[in-house]
Amino acid sequence: MESQLIGETTELELLHRAKRGDFAAFQQLIADLQPRVYGLVFRILQQAQDAEDATQQVFLSLIEHIRDFREESSVATWVLKIASNHALKILRKKRGLNVISMSELAAEDNYSDVPHPEFIAPWSKPADEIALQAEVQVEIDKALSELDEKYRLVFVLRDIEGLSVRETAEAMELTEATVKVRLLRARLALREKLTKKFGDPVQMMTPEHKHS
Amino acid sequence: MTCEELLKALNDYVDGMQLTAICEEFSQHLAGCNPCQVVVDNIRQTISLYQSGQQYEMPASFQERLQQSLKSRWEEKFGKTDADQNVGFF
Repeated sequence: MESQLIGETTELELLHRAKRGDFAAFQQLIADLQPRVYGLVFRILQQAQDAEDATQQVFLSLIEHIRDFREESSVATWVLKIASNHALKILRKKRGLNVISMSELAAEDNYSDVPHPEFIAPWSKPADEIALQAEVQVEIDKALSELDEKYRLVFVLRDIEGLSVRETAEAMELTEATVKVRLLRARLALREKLTKKFGDPVQMMTPEHKHS
Repeated sequence: MTCEELLKALNDYVDGMQLTAICEEFSQHLAGCNPCQVVVDNIRQTISLYQSGQQYEMPASFQERLQQSLKSRWEEKFGKTDADQNVGFF
């Protein structure tokens, strides 16, 4: 009875059925997205209750706006964009007086003051072996939580969720150039922390070329 | 290449997009600069570590509450949860 449909076609078909009121199609459409949204907002908000509230708001918002979705991007990109916006809104509200202004969040960035790598050493084991060690998840989550959220969010969208630079720019309403430099800052900051933990101190090296 | 140029090339190079002239230059730099090669490897390992990480699990009680609230909202908006019985307009 079920026809063989390719991944993309299946998503589109589910979306169209959902737009016509088919709740089962909607549930199927969002099944994989639920833990992804939860993971993203948890990493931004660092708190279970907030993450639950944000996740719920995201999917309720999806129901509100599903008929408006013009299908110019994938459903995942659209949903992750909504999730990013909601998480940042909650963060701003929580901060109260120390509100991040929209302009600061959207501020252009450049390479001139990107911190240079300092602790440089090959890691003592391959990443996939390290991933299996107990407590590593805690370490990497902690390192990520220490980043400023505007760098953290770019890293989560691009390197964890696998959105392209263009999709990340769209989700955060930034230029691609800004996404790239923020991504670099996030990657270098995480590299620095994790290399201090997992790098082989015996093989530590210093950069030899002159810094301008 | 200046340090700023190296940094600019780093993202694209790490992502394996070695098609541009700047990445070509960066490749040449790497051939003679071991610390930079290690930094590139470190970044790739860092990304890999986060990608191998566990997916966050939503608590079961929350999953249930979420399904309930989505179903309620759906019924408010569409009248019914079954498309065949939907008498709304598109």
